[in-house]
Amino acid sequence: MDEAMTGMNEEVGLSFGADDSEPLGQTPGSASGAETPAKFVSRGVDVFYGAKQALFSIDIDIMPNEVTALIGPSGCGKSTFLRCLNRMNDIIDGCRFSGSIVLDGEDIYARAIDVVHLRARVGMVFQKPNPFPKSVYENVAYGPRIHGLASSTADMDEVVRTSLERAGLWEEVKDRLHEPGTGLSGGQQQRLCIARAIAVEPEVILMDEPCSALDPIATARIEELIDELRTNYTIVIVTHNVQQAARVSQRTAFFHLGKLIEFGDTDQIFTNPRAERTRDYITGRFG
Amino acid sequence: MPIAVLLATLIGLTVAGYYMGRSRAVAVGGHGTRHLNSLPSYYGLYVAAWCGIPAVSIVVLWLALEPEIIRALLVATLPDVAGTWSDGTMALMLNDIRNLAGGNIVSRDVDPELRTAAEYYAFLRNTGFAAMAVVALAIAAGGLTYGRRAIHPDLRARNRVEGVLMVFLIISSTVAILVTIGIVLSLLFEAIRFFQRVSPVEFLFGLEWSPQTALRADQVGSSGKFGSIPLLMGTALISFIAMCVAVPVGLLSAIYMAEYAPPRVRSAVKPALEILAGIPTVVYGFFAALTMAPFLRDWGSQIGLSISSESALAAGLVMGIMIIPFISSISDDVITAVPQSMREGSLGLGATKSETIRRVIIPAALPGIVGGVLLAVSRAIGETMIVVMAAGLAANLTVNPLQAVTTVTVQIVTLLVGDQEFDSAKTLAAFALGLVLFFVTLVLNIVALTVVKKYREQYE
Repeated sequence: MDEAMTGMNEEVGLSFGADDSEPLGQTPGSASGAETPAKFVSRGVDVFYGAKQALFSIDIDIMPNEVTALIGPSGCGKSTFLRCLNRMNDIIDGCRFSGSIVLDGEDIYARAIDVVHLRARVGMVFQKPNPFPKSVYENVAYGPRIHGLASSTADMDEVVRTSLERAGLWEEVKDRLHEPGTGLSGGQQQRLCIARAIAVEPEVILMDEPCSALDPIATARIEELIDELRTNYTIVIVTHNVQQAARVSQRTAFFHLGKLIEFGDTDQIFTNPRAERTRDYITGRFG
Repeated sequence: MPIAVLLATLIGLTVAGYYMGRSRAVAVGGHGTRHLNSLPSYYGLYVAAWCGIPAVSIVVLWLALEPEIIRALLVATLPDVAGTWSDGTMALMLNDIRNLAGGNIVSRDVDPELRTAAEYYAFLRNTGFAAMAVVALAIAAGGLTYGRRAIHPDLRARNRVEGVLMVFLIISSTVAILVTIGIVLSLLFEAIRFFQRVSPVEFLFGLEWSPQTALRADQVGSSGKFGSIPLLMGTALISFIAMCVAVPVGLLSAIYMAEYAPPRVRSAVKPALEILAGIPTVVYGFFAALTMAPFLRDWGSQIGLSISSESALAAGLVMGIMIIPFISSISDDVITAVPQSMREGSLGLGATKSETIRRVIIPAALPGIVGGVLLAVSRAIGETMIVVMAAGLAANLTVNPLQAVTTVTVQIVTLLVGDQEFDSAKTLAAFALGLVLFFVTLVLNIVALTVVKKYREQYE
């Protein structure tokens, strides 16, 4: 198999144009191994915005309790793919999906799936911190309230406290729980949004460039946090920052022009990328 | 030379000044316009401003002062007996002189003295106007020459022109403020005259409204009552009913349009709702008086309620319908302005659409919605035509919406319609009511602004 890969590698070369070759790296099925089944299995995912095709036949397996990073230049479809995982693209007019994404053996695009339940299981943190115009406490309590996860005020206090602790924000905000969440700094707001997602007790957390609006120190805190969260959650992160992907993730998928170019262990992608385009991107020659 | 011709000439000169200034600037600039401080058109505007503004100011000043000056000159030539005339007689005499000079009908026999005076009046006017025209044209020409001379590559024409523009902007905004002050003052002076006849305490706290003044001491019903509380209560009651209709309907339709309606439906429903805002209030008025009120009365009698045929309910309901587009349109804008990231954040946590709207969108949009509602309340309080036609004239002090009530605006209309004498408390009461109304809406607007500001601090 390695020989085959090498052969394709040469064939791909530096031409970024029209090749419809299979993505390099772990092919579907072979990656997961026998012992741990994948959390998400995506097969042949095509997404269209109106007439424009944004994703071309994406096959990715996302493993539990790992950080999977999606990298690639702007407009490559990595955010679109992320938003397929909790069906956030449903709310965009003119967005069409085909293919299948299976979460723990259940096709999330099946008719019987309740999107509301899916999103409770697959939480999301956005590019720009978007705390609600409510107090810190209410921001975190929002999810548990709508899902009825806390039966009493004391319960809710506990949920809010644990979520903030896990997000590494408790010490900073414990004295100002009832002040507006929008009054926190950018990095604190983003951790508040992570706490808000954690409070719903999801299985997967999707992060769409969570550090792009933050300064380097806040970014470092979030990256540490992502690493800690990995023990309890499966994390998929979209990032513009190649170094960030190298730092926080175990697996990396490289997207280009709506196609999955290469997918594999982060170490391998960054030390020995199989595709020329991946190498050029992570070494900063384009993107 | 009539005034129109003079103004046209001045405008012509100004336009000519623009072109002369521009071409002069190009000529002065030598090779191209690169060495000029400003673009050539600014030099043109600079010359035009020198030419037009002083001259036109002279014309306007003359038009404003001319009647007084000519009157003074004319009075000085009248026979000595004129000194003994009362103001009224003098005004009448001057009017006759003006009419005779203008070839109109005169109220007395034309004697030689009157004719002389009229001729003198005509002479004064013509001379004065001619002098003014000559001065204005001379100033225009002088300004043109001066402005054109002043053009030099280093002249900072752009900055000067911008300065002139700023002065114009200041004048425009001052006009609006001055007019407002004028309106308030005119209300205030008449209201003070009213309060010299009726005590402010009685007016503000009196519970009975029956605005009449006696012509003779022994007249039946001669004692007028000027307590404004029933009117304010009536206004408040009708506005309350209107808001009870308009706020829920307007807000819910705004939510539907902003969050649920597909674009095709939205593009059809929104204009349709805004048609409501385009219906003249007088049409709403007769809808209330001729359709809604009888319908309510008949319907009430069937279920055993006695609803009078002019009721606060009918007027309030129709006024509410009128206000719906205000609230729905403002709320729709505010809801649409809530960032998409709020919706995504909530939906991403597994909230349903309606949970998102109730718990995130509406609270975030609340300041704008409250502002819109308070604006609508001001509108309801000031609304006149519907209540004139449908609410009735009886100043009942009641909170029963099934009875006829009257409002501040209705009473102002009835007090001022028809022949009035301006020295009776009855007529002057209208101004006091107007002042109260103005004051209430002003306070409401201030409250609206404060509320909006407070919420904004809390939410952003």
